[in-house]
Amino acid sequence: MKGTKWHIIVSVVLAIYLVLPLVGTLLYSLAGEWSTTILPKSWTFEWYIQLFQDDRFFQALGRTVFVIAVAVILSIAVILLATITIVLYFPKWEGALKTIALLPYSVPGVALAVGLINLYANDVVNIAGTPWILFGIYAIIIMPFVYQGIRNSLYTINARDMIQAAELLGASKLQAVITVVLPNMKKGIFSAAFLAISMLFGEFALANLLVGGRFETLQIYLYQQLSKNGHLTSAIVICYYTIIVWITLFLLYLQSPKRQKQTRAIKQEMPISAMQNANLEGE
Amino acid sequence: MKRSWKVWLCLIPLTLLVLGFLLFPTLNMVISSFQTDDGRFTLTHYQELFTDAYYLQSISNSLKISLLSATVAIVIAVIGGYSISQLAERSNKWMTTISNMTSYFEGIPLAFSFIVLLGNNGLFTLLFNQLGLDVFGNFDLYSWVGLVVVYIYFQIPFAIILLLPTYQAINNEWRYASNLLGGTGWTFWRKVGIPLLFPGVIGTYTILIANALGAFATANALVGSTYNLMPIQIASLISGDVFLQPNLASAFGVLLAFIMIAALWLNSKIMKKVRRDLR
Repeated sequence: MKGTKWHIIVSVVLAIYLVLPLVGTLLYSLAGEWSTTILPKSWTFEWYIQLFQDDRFFQALGRTVFVIAVAVILSIAVILLATITIVLYFPKWEGALKTIALLPYSVPGVALAVGLINLYANDVVNIAGTPWILFGIYAIIIMPFVYQGIRNSLYTINARDMIQAAELLGASKLQAVITVVLPNMKKGIFSAAFLAISMLFGEFALANLLVGGRFETLQIYLYQQLSKNGHLTSAIVICYYTIIVWITLFLLYLQSPKRQKQTRAIKQEMPISAMQNANLEGE
Repeated sequence: MKRSWKVWLCLIPLTLLVLGFLLFPTLNMVISSFQTDDGRFTLTHYQELFTDAYYLQSISNSLKISLLSATVAIVIAVIGGYSISQLAERSNKWMTTISNMTSYFEGIPLAFSFIVLLGNNGLFTLLFNQLGLDVFGNFDLYSWVGLVVVYIYFQIPFAIILLLPTYQAINNEWRYASNLLGGTGWTFWRKVGIPLLFPGVIGTYTILIANALGAFATANALVGSTYNLMPIQIASLISGDVFLQPNLASAFGVLLAFIMIAALWLNSKIMKKVRRDLR
């Protein structure tokens, strides 16, 4: 095809543009002295060694992992419970559940912070400045993604039929959910979890406004380091990018074999355009 | 019925979470935006937002940077996304992976990376200085232009991953069908390609605008409070160094949420209209 060469050129230029920040930061984190020349005068691992000896970095990383883990598990558990209940017992409410689950889209994080501070930084309830407030609000902001992941996977595996079949074979509803439905949803739940993790990893606004230095997460730590040694900060940023890259790779890996199966299953139920729209609303 | 109260019990955790961290905070924000410091009803906060030149500037700046970055990003993503969708399977997978990964590069790490690339001692700044080229002579990363450059960067991969499914829908069989029926390349695009793409592009564009409107970390790290944007104003009203005005911040928050909801609502209207036209 005559256009192929052109498409390759566009893609290569785009790829270079997209990875420039990563490459630039990587070079800078490995450079010794670099302030006037085109390429650095020397290369060194010094910044990484310094970083890995800094307890503050690991503590901040640990706090981030902790908050994210609690929020993601909380969000998944709560939404899973509600979604399965509604699909089984209150199918009429599915629309309402969807509306509620997608609500966090329309309220930006900074705006939510205003209401949260008013509510939770007073004499009666005072959880601002503690990780507790982050557990709750993080569980909320990932809700649209978690909900869509769970709902899609419930429909893909045909949960309702599955439970009916299990009941015919003598299982109770609860047994059917635990032994048949949940194991089949494992992949869908994992993808939703990793999507949520990669989102929360980059969250700064709420962490900074609600908790700040009182519970230093990775993003807050990085923010504090911005004005300090540039090379050391590059090393932190590279660690951050590395984590993000691994999470995304894992996420893509999780989605790839399933994606084909899933689209095939859904295609029978609804037209492609409706699927795309659902997809768009979900992002 | 005994069974039914147990079923109801399963809905309580979600209800509590949504009430405590979404509905109550939002309601609180709306109510306190209409309150004076001692709790009486007032409209002064909204009046202040729409009359104070400084606050008006932050609103117009936010709208400008959102529209500008979304427009540039959607154009690049429409072109780039099409090229990606036309690649062979292996390279297509590579590009999808790169777009996915870089779509998470945002906020503070990204602001820092751009300082490394284009800051006062940045890689490119040095490179062009050494080569004697004055490309960046007037370029200042810590300014409006710099901010736009970074916003455009984080919007592009996001736009691409949102658009790729739409391009997948335009498969080559349809083009062959159009050709077989005597259509030229241009007929294909006019009758099939563009009508199919349009809803996806509009949807992505709206999401990009909302994405830029709410973005706080990038701007905060790059220009701090020196550049006047809505999220930065809100943040400084609730946690700044000067004096705090939670009620005014609430009014600001309501306005920001209102603009975002309006954009998303407009999007769904357009979608519906477009679909009816398609049928």
